[in-house]
Amino acid sequence: MLCCICKEKDATVHLTQIAGDKMQKVDLCEECAKHKGVNDPAGFSLADLLLGLGASQELEQAAGGTELKCPKCGFTQADFKKAGRLGCAECYTTFADGLEGLLKTMHKGTRHTGKVPLALQQSRDLAERLKSLQKKLTKAVEDENFEQAALLRDEIKQLSSKPGNVATA
Amino acid sequence: MNIHDFLIPPAESARRKGPHDRIVMSSRVRLARNVKHAAFPGWAKKPERVRILDMIRPAIEGLPEMKEAFSESMDNLSTLDKQILVERHLISREHAAKSAGSGLVLNREESLCVMINEEDHLRMQALRPGLQLKQAWMAIDQADTALEKKLDYAFSTDVGYLTACPTNLGTGIRVSAMLHLPGLVLAEQINPIIQSVNKLGLAVRGLYGEGTEALGNVFQVSNQMTLGETETVIVERLDKVLSQIIEHEENARDTLLEKKPKMVYNHIGRAYGILANAHSISSKETMNLLSLMRLGMDLGLFPGGDRSLTDELFILTQPAHLQKQFSEKLSAEERDLLRSDMLREHLRNVSRPISKPAGTGGTALDKPNK
Repeated sequence: MLCCICKEKDATVHLTQIAGDKMQKVDLCEECAKHKGVNDPAGFSLADLLLGLGASQELEQAAGGTELKCPKCGFTQADFKKAGRLGCAECYTTFADGLEGLLKTMHKGTRHTGKVPLALQQSRDLAERLKSLQKKLTKAVEDENFEQAALLRDEIKQLSSKPGNVATA
Repeated sequence: MNIHDFLIPPAESARRKGPHDRIVMSSRVRLARNVKHAAFPGWAKKPERVRILDMIRPAIEGLPEMKEAFSESMDNLSTLDKQILVERHLISREHAAKSAGSGLVLNREESLCVMINEEDHLRMQALRPGLQLKQAWMAIDQADTALEKKLDYAFSTDVGYLTACPTNLGTGIRVSAMLHLPGLVLAEQINPIIQSVNKLGLAVRGLYGEGTEALGNVFQVSNQMTLGETETVIVERLDKVLSQIIEHEENARDTLLEKKPKMVYNHIGRAYGILANAHSISSKETMNLLSLMRLGMDLGLFPGGDRSLTDELFILTQPAHLQKQFSEKLSAEERDLLRSDMLREHLRNVSRPISKPAGTGGTALDKPNK
């Protein structure tokens, strides 16, 4: 997941704020988070951040009450307390804050390091290839090495047109 | 096809061999997976569960490993069928309680078994006799890789495969082995062993998994943590710990025979006596005594006898397997009578245990504890 401010680095800071019946989510890289003052809870407001960012984030309407409720499946925090299981995959985003501490005590770490579905792994690798080619291209143009730039441009074009590529989306 | 006709007969099943099968009865690796855009089975309404089952089942049936597989919706299996599958350790008790909207696909060799809509949309397990965790992991990894081409898994780059219960999050892997540890139990060393295994983040459970007692000195050891480590690291850790438990069990047996042979012979002789002569016996007592007799087989106290005999009886004498052989519904008391009949019949040609394996003195009194 990319940082939603710089859209370059990997997002490592994930924020969810519930204000009234609205849920807001932001994913930031470490630098942007620092820059926006996320580490300083007093000086930070998610709303400000969102306003500055435009409408790139979904604002989910949590139906009814002040209690946290999954917008996708309607599962509530009370349901989780009762069942010890979640309602759907989306619940992991909805209840991310509450779950983080739980995961820490339960597992070795809080980040997945194991198997990744092949298709996802491939598109991730592809995205990385494209990024590095793009960098080379910029450099080539700067150096007025147009022959090299043309080659790079063709390679990028060819890679981007591959089916299953999500990197350009 | 009827599940009774499909399952490998107990006698044949008990003869399957694997590395260290003297102590490790079986190895298992299971993966929990869910598909995107659907509530988990425990929260989904019946029509959604049916839709998911209808989507997942053909995908599994299409795996090359599943050629000639047994595939059925849980509502088409009787309570007895499901109980038999539990006694064979092919499905969980939780899955046995499921009906419409849940399903089961089991391959011919009983080495690959997929529960659909148990706690997660998919619970797929690879099973192997003896200690073969790595082989089981490779088999299930391969099946999973084939399936991900057909099914769109719920996966997050941050926390991995998304599961109904956060305890399975990440890899969704549960690596486990079923161990027969009569030596450690008799030597009263089992509790410290369980405690130190727990300290390594591994769980020790009874015969039927979560929340069950260790009948017949059979214990299940498995990983608990699924997030923050790779599958290979988890498999290798369990493999290492199991090798150590095996060593402890062997040592306990050697020490018992050396220091307290009379105690060991007494337990095994009494176990044989009751099993071969009782006219009413419960399932629980049977399992505990069969465990001691199995130990006797391992120690060579039943010349010509084979562990496959006790292992077969271990399967046959459990309630559902016993019930299956009779058309009318049996009460627990009736089952106890019929169980003892069956045991006497099967043990008719087994001579009572010898008390002195070659090379040891059998008459000396047990040495007191130092």
